Amino acid sequence: MKDLQTEPTLSIRNLTVDIPTRHGILRPVDQVSYDIQPGEILGVVGESGAGKSMAGNAVIGLLNRPAHIAGGEIWLGGTRIDALKGDAMRRLRGKKIGMVFQDPLTSLNPLLQIGDQLVETMTAHLDISMSEARKRAIQALEEVGIPAAAARIDSYPHEFSGGMRQRVVIALALCAEPSLVIADEPTTALDVSVQAQIIALLKRLCRERGTAVMLITHDMGVIAETADRVAVMYAGRLAEIGPVRDVLTAPHHPYTRGLMGATPLASQGKARLHQIPGAMPRLDALPDGCAFHPRCDCVQGKCRQNPAPDLAADAGRSACWYPVGALV
Amino acid sequence: MLAYTIRRILQSLLVLLVVGLVAFSMFRFVGDPIDNLLGQERTDADIERLREVLGLNDPFIVQYGNYLIGAFQGNLGISYRQGRPVAEILLERAPATLELAFVSGIIAVVLGIALGVYTAIRRDGILANVIMSASLIGVSLPTFLIGILLIYFFSVYLDLLPSFGRGQVVRIGGWSTGFLTSSGLKALILPSITLALFQMTLIMRLVRAEMLEVLRQDYIRFARARGLNERAVNFRHALKNTLVPVVTIIGMQFGSIIAFAIITETVFQWPGLGLLFINAIQFVDIPVMAAYLMMISVMFVFINLIVDMLYFAIDPRLRVDRSGAH
Repeated sequence: MKDLQTEPTLSIRNLTVDIPTRHGILRPVDQVSYDIQPGEILGVVGESGAGKSMAGNAVIGLLNRPAHIAGGEIWLGGTRIDALKGDAMRRLRGKKIGMVFQDPLTSLNPLLQIGDQLVETMTAHLDISMSEARKRAIQALEEVGIPAAAARIDSYPHEFSGGMRQRVVIALALCAEPSLVIADEPTTALDVSVQAQIIALLKRLCRERGTAVMLITHDMGVIAETADRVAVMYAGRLAEIGPVRDVLTAPHHPYTRGLMGATPLASQGKARLHQIPGAMPRLDALPDGCAFHPRCDCVQGKCRQNPAPDLAADAGRSACWYPVGALV
Repeated sequence: MLAYTIRRILQSLLVLLVVGLVAFSMFRFVGDPIDNLLGQERTDADIERLREVLGLNDPFIVQYGNYLIGAFQGNLGISYRQGRPVAEILLERAPATLELAFVSGIIAVVLGIALGVYTAIRRDGILANVIMSASLIGVSLPTFLIGILLIYFFSVYLDLLPSFGRGQVVRIGGWSTGFLTSSGLKALILPSITLALFQMTLIMRLVRAEMLEVLRQDYIRFARARGLNERAVNFRHALKNTLVPVVTIIGMQFGSIIAFAIITETVFQWPGLGLLFINAIQFVDIPVMAAYLMMISVMFVFINLIVDMLYFAIDPRLRVDRSGAH
């Protein structure tokens, strides 16, 4: 399944993130491995607290203390970056890895003109003059579809609507031409009508530049429309990963199947949605065996005793002892 | 913007009128100036005549009205004690207090912001924690005690700095300044530290709390995610946002530095307005007291006005939308 000719833009191997607390160590990301190829969009889905944002923050080196990478490797274009510290990591942020946050209303500094924020980002990473940076800033705003960019560059964030602000955020994330963009729920805070525009914009810009995208979301619709591959996370572990079409139409992991059943589809009319019983376990109270087994409707004895099988990056598709549609 | 300014000025005038009214109504309870003005050998007729001359028999509303009419004409009355125009006395005393307040204000703002930023950025550092603990002393020790401790240590024990007065002053026009002589500068040190200490710790703790709050914001995370260096994140992004609410408090603090100079001036026998006011209270010198209170309230209201205007300069969100936007 893995393309051996091209080197992946991002390669995560057995990534583990720990949060030491007074009552022991929490592990929000546990032995997660995946690759993202150049120009590929990998959707990362899961419930709140599944560890999807935490993995993204680990990649860009913005974990909030005391959370820290406790194991595994992160490779960016052939360079190992998980052990980089301070200034070396800072230089990668923005330059090699761009990030788009969830809420465009709070992502921009309200007291600085958007042009200043673009210029400071570019001059931090590229060896260009202020006037050149300003020219490029106008270009960047035009590319993300801000009308009259040359006039609006001196506007403050509050003078833009939410959707426009998210366009500015995307321009900021992409202005130093990173090879990877981590988009952490980029449309969750936006109107439904604007969501599609923003997703289309992100997709178009990344296609044009060959930028790899880690698209973190809990919106299955966005995944279906945008991503090439999808990684499903549950309680810090990777439950299933594979091409979007395969995973969405024929999920192997019971959790993925549950998620799909819980997504409303226009074609199904008013049929009752399937619910996954219970809630995701808290990190300090993970059950023995497979973390999903208390909620799984095809649970068997093995699931209660043995942790779910490891999902190697290039091996199977789901971390389940009894994948749906496989044997049983 | 203009309409807003005018509205604010009108509000300010109203506040001043009310403050004056309250102050005047309270003067009826501080004692009878006649006791001090006339000596032991007074007759009831003397008392009655003086009361009539000074207008003390009028209801206080009338007294207040007369006072306001005079004040608008620049006539603040004659001091009962010194027998000179109050305006003249105030002008004579003002430089001492203003110089003291100015130096204290600079100390408080500069050190307060610097230490606040430092303790916020190095939140877990040892030095930052030491500073925070030490600042509790500044917040909780009363000003007069700090002044007395400083006098004891630097004047009595080390014999380095003068314990009272302004030292030598130089007169420039109507202004007497202590900045130009070494004894004047030396005399400034202890009182200005005493006066600044409380304000400084207050500003420092406020800046620290605001800055920690700002550093948690998404745009700070986003600035980091864009690869800006720590200096740009802390000073360009965080500090500016921190200062928006802090500016108000600093403005207000400058008013209270002048107002609370009373205590410091008493401890150091600093010949300023505060000492004048204390002496006026002891003598029930109503014209001086009234003028002092009105002056302080004018100052507070004026500073308030400036601070509100400053908001517009700092925070673009408050400005009226300029043409071209939207």
